[in-house]
This record gives sequence, structure tokens and C-alpha cells, in this order.
Amino acid sequence: MTVDLECLNLTKRFGSMTAVDNVSFDVPRGSFFSILGPSGCGKTTIMRMIAGFLSPSSGDIQIRGRSIVDTPPNKRPVNMVFQHLALFPMMNVADNIGYGLRRAGMAKSEIARQVDAALERIGLAGIGRRKIDELSGGQKQRVAIARCMVLEPDVLLLDEPLGALDLKLREHMKVELKSLQAAFDTTFVYITHDQSEALVMSDRIAVMNHGRFEQVGAGRDLYYRPGTAFVAAFVGDTNRWSGRIERVAGAQLELRTDSGLLMRGAAHGRPLAAGDRADVFVRPEAIRIARTADDLAHFDNRIAGRVTSTLFNGAASRILVQDRAGNEEIEVNLPQSGEFAALTRGSEIHIGWSGDQGNCFAAPGS
Amino acid sequence: MRTQARLGLFLLLTPLVLWLSLLIFIPHVDMFLVSLRERVGVGEYRLSLANYLTFINEPLYLRTFLRTAVMSVIATVITLMIAFPVSYYIAKIARGRTRSALFLLCLVPFWVSELVRTFGWMILLRETGLISNLLQFVGLTDAPVEMLYNDAAIMVGLVYTSMLFMVVPLVTTLESLPDEVIEAGYDLGGSGVAVMREIVIPHAMPGIVSGSIIVFMLSLGNYLTPTMLGGKDSLWFTELIYSQFIVRFNWELGAAFGFLLLGLSSAIVWGMLKLTGQSLEKSMG
Repeated sequence: MTVDLECLNLTKRFGSMTAVDNVSFDVPRGSFFSILGPSGCGKTTIMRMIAGFLSPSSGDIQIRGRSIVDTPPNKRPVNMVFQHLALFPMMNVADNIGYGLRRAGMAKSEIARQVDAALERIGLAGIGRRKIDELSGGQKQRVAIARCMVLEPDVLLLDEPLGALDLKLREHMKVELKSLQAAFDTTFVYITHDQSEALVMSDRIAVMNHGRFEQVGAGRDLYYRPGTAFVAAFVGDTNRWSGRIERVAGAQLELRTDSGLLMRGAAHGRPLAAGDRADVFVRPEAIRIARTADDLAHFDNRIAGRVTSTLFNGAASRILVQDRAGNEEIEVNLPQSGEFAALTRGSEIHIGWSGDQGNCFAAPGS
Repeated sequence: MRTQARLGLFLLLTPLVLWLSLLIFIPHVDMFLVSLRERVGVGEYRLSLANYLTFINEPLYLRTFLRTAVMSVIATVITLMIAFPVSYYIAKIARGRTRSALFLLCLVPFWVSELVRTFGWMILLRETGLISNLLQFVGLTDAPVEMLYNDAAIMVGLVYTSMLFMVVPLVTTLESLPDEVIEAGYDLGGSGVAVMREIVIPHAMPGIVSGSIIVFMLSLGNYLTPTMLGGKDSLWFTELIYSQFIVRFNWELGAAFGFLLLGLSSAIVWGMLKLTGQSLEKSMG
């Protein structure tokens, strides 16, 4: 496995503020790597350092083994698709795509040939003469990618390019970006605050918070085996309770929430002991609904309760269930089979989940 | 309802119509008529092109006319050369308070009257002025140097007076260019020169054109600066018009000169627009 991009102990400070704090990662050739994090976490700073618009306070950035920290942005084998695409409005589509080739001093006829080939590749053959403002959002997106790809960069950086699109087009472009990446067979580094974009497209994802990487892994790992409480809360939807651990038995533990509800969870190898303060995270889709308690006998967490509200949202419809004692409200996904479609506010219901699904983390500050 | 709307429109248009007709249309028609008559006796006039023929046959008039045009074009070009980097710095490099402060600095000279500003240049440039004294003090010359009353002094004055009118449209258009687009220009392999030529200047073209038109018009029609800073050999066309109207009381010739100036400025602006492939709609809209 060859590595296209490698960042070593990358740090960037603005005054007394540390935007990127000692981050190291590598991206194998031809893979789709995402950096996922809330706004202000430092992901854009990393991107701009790789592109060359910011220089790191310390650390190194290497592309195919060569350090590029001292290379100016226009000489780096890296190109960037900007957040608002930054197509040149004063040029037509063909001139936009040919801009980088012209700068490289390529012959006119060769530029025209390559531009046509690129347009063909993104499925927009024959629109080279159009102006930028005559294109649709999705077409602009593809032109912005083609404009970089004609230069055959070692790494393509994408800075939340789907942010400005409407929902339907965004869903479509996710799939299309992934297939473009496969077609061009180039290393993509994608930054986003949208977990669904990262989960759908990426081979690997780094979850970033406060200038540090919380966890790096495949989407599946982040979702089912979050390494930190932040990842558990940020990636996907989840129920979250704080409480105190009462008993630890191997990987299993018992935790009483602050409101008095007793539930079982799993530490997944994290050091937690009885008496520790901890947070437990349970995904709404990990919880089963049943009409009788017997149906849930095989789960070690069982709660009887009442529906307090139903949240219809197509495939992601949910209900909120309050336990008998009235301590907690629990978000539960409705099964798609429709057997619980008739549930209304006030219905009596039983819910249960496996203790294995309850990820426990030491509470911050304990 | 309908009549009310129409009345509203009528009332809203009235000031504009009055402005255009009373201050621009009627005086120009009258001026044109005046320029077309020739005095044959006391209070006796007849229709003729004599005034325009006088202009063509008198080398002084023609030379002053062309000199004024050429000098104004040069002043516009110099103003653009100086104002572009200044505007680029204000719009794209300076941030926050620095930017407002710099913009304000461009504006400050316009808080005093043009007369005072021009007089300021006279204090600096005259034989016993600051610069002359400084040069003597440093030892570069041993006699006082007269820097006033020549074409260079006029040029300095014109550029100085016009600067703001170039900076404002340039800053406005440059500000509308997203930083991202400039960065993309570099990211895709462009050098500083290439980004400037292919991205920044084409984007700023409407601002460059409108700024240049304003500066050119202001220079062409300037009276005070050439009169005060220029010498005996640096006649400006507006001075000719003034002297025909006020000194020689020859309104007919003055009116003809006025019309020639109007024609000249229109022709040069039109020519420049054609030359740079711009249109007035693009620059103003």
C-alpha cells in the first residue's frame, strides 16, 4: 500500500488559539478519506495547509514521500475543489477547465483535446462554450472537479463542495462523487460537517474536534464502535444518559442514570470501574419495541413505558417512550414493517435492547 | 386605484424630468442654437457655421483642444495605474479596521475644497516651496527649483484630484471577487501575474471602465487645476471656453467650443469602450 498524503504532527496556532493540535494521518493511494467535524474544529485549517494557503506552525506534510511545506500553492501536486466551487465567472466552461493546462504551458491543440476528454468524462460533452452562470448546480460541481482532474493531481482536496446544493441534488452528488473518484482513481480528501456525506462516500473517516482527531476508521467502525463519547454523539443519532456505574462484570456493566433508571451497558475495553461517573449511548435503531414483555425476554435491558409522542419521518420514523417511573424519555426507531404504525400518544409499550449496544464512556472531567 | 398609481408615477418622475429638461436639455439646445449664429451687426445675427470654421482655422484652438484630450487620457491612465494597486490592497489584502481607515484616508482630501487642495500643491511645488527648499537643503541643487506652471504640475494636480473617483468603483468591483476565486487561480498553477491578468483584471473591468470614464470626464472638464498649476504654455480647453464667455463676451464661439468639447469627450469614451470590448450597460449595470 503506497501512501499519497501523509501529515506528521501537524500543528497550527493562531495567536494563543491552537486550531490544529498535533494531528498525524496518512491517506493510501486511490482512497477516499474524509475529515468530519463540527464547524470550527480545525478541518478547514488542515485543508488550507495541505493546499498551501496556510503554513503549519510545526509538523510536516508529505506527498508521495516528499515534503511540500516549502512549496508554494501553485507548484503543489494538489488541487482543491472550493466550498463555493470558485469557478471563474469571466471564462466559459472550456476555458475554466483549460486554465490549469494553459498555466502549465501546454500547446493549444492539446489543451482543447484534453478539455473535450474531461467534459466527456463528466458527462457534459459539448457544453464547453457555455458560460458558468448558465450551468445548474450539479453541472458546476462536475466542472469544478474536471478543472482539477485535468491536471492529474496526486491528491484532490474537497472543501464541503456539496454544502450549497439542495437536499435531492446533494444525495445524488454523493453517489456521483464516489463514482467519479473511482473513475479518476485519484486520492480524495474530503472535509465536511455532514456525517451522512462522510459515511456514504469515504473509505476512511477521521472525526475531528477541537483541533484533534478523535478517531480514525471506516464508517462502520465509527458508527458501531465509537472510540470516544464525542464520536458516539456526533456520528449518527443516539440516546444519551449520564449516571454512575454500580457494578462491573467483565465487559458488562450496570449503570444507574441520574434519574434512577438502571441499565446495562458495555465498556468495549475502556477502563471503567464501579463508582465511576459515565455516559451511556444507545442508538434509537438498536432498541426493539414489543407489545408484551415476553417478546423481549432475550434482552438484558427491558423497560415498560408509554408513548409520549410519535415523530413521523418516512423511513426514519421514531417514537418517544417514557418509562413507568417517568424518569427518562427514550427515542426509539419504528420498525419498517408497519406493525407499530398504529401507535399513538399514550399507548402502553415495552422496549428492550442488548446491553452490548449501550456504549459507555467515562464522563468528561471524572 | 389606477389613476392614483399613475399620479404617483407622475409625481415621482417630476423631479427627474425637471432636472433633465431644465438643467440639461434646454440649456444644451439653447447653447447649440447660440453656437450656430454669427453676429453681423449690433444685435443682428444670422445662421452660419462661422464659429466652427474659426475653430478649425485657428491653430491655437485646435492644438489646445487636442492637447487637452491627450493630457486627459494620460491623466486617466496614470490615475488607473496608481489607483489599482491601492484599491486591490484595500479590497483584498487589508482587513477590518485597517481597511476602513485606508478608505477614509482616500476620502479625507475631499473634505477641503478643490481650491485649497490645489493651493496645497502650489505650496509644495513653487520656487520657494517645501520641495525646492528640501532639495537645496540636501544639496541636490544649489539654486531654487521652480516646479509649478508646467504640464507635469498639471498632471500631478489632475491625478490627485481624480484618485478617489477611480478608487471607489475599483474597490467596489474588487470586493465582489470572492477570495476563493483568487485562491483557485493559484491552486490550479497560476503565478501572481497570471492570476492578475486572467482573473482579477477581467473581473474588475467594469470598475476600471466606469472609473476611467469618470476620471477622464473630470480631467477634460477641469478648470481650476490647469489654471492654477499650469503656465502660459499649458492652456486647457476649458480656459478657452471661459475666456470666450467671460473675458471676450463672445458667447457664440464659447458655445461652439462647449459643443466641440462635448463631442470630443463622447467620441473618446465611445472609442475606448469599443477598443476594450466593453459596453456602457456592462460597466454601469
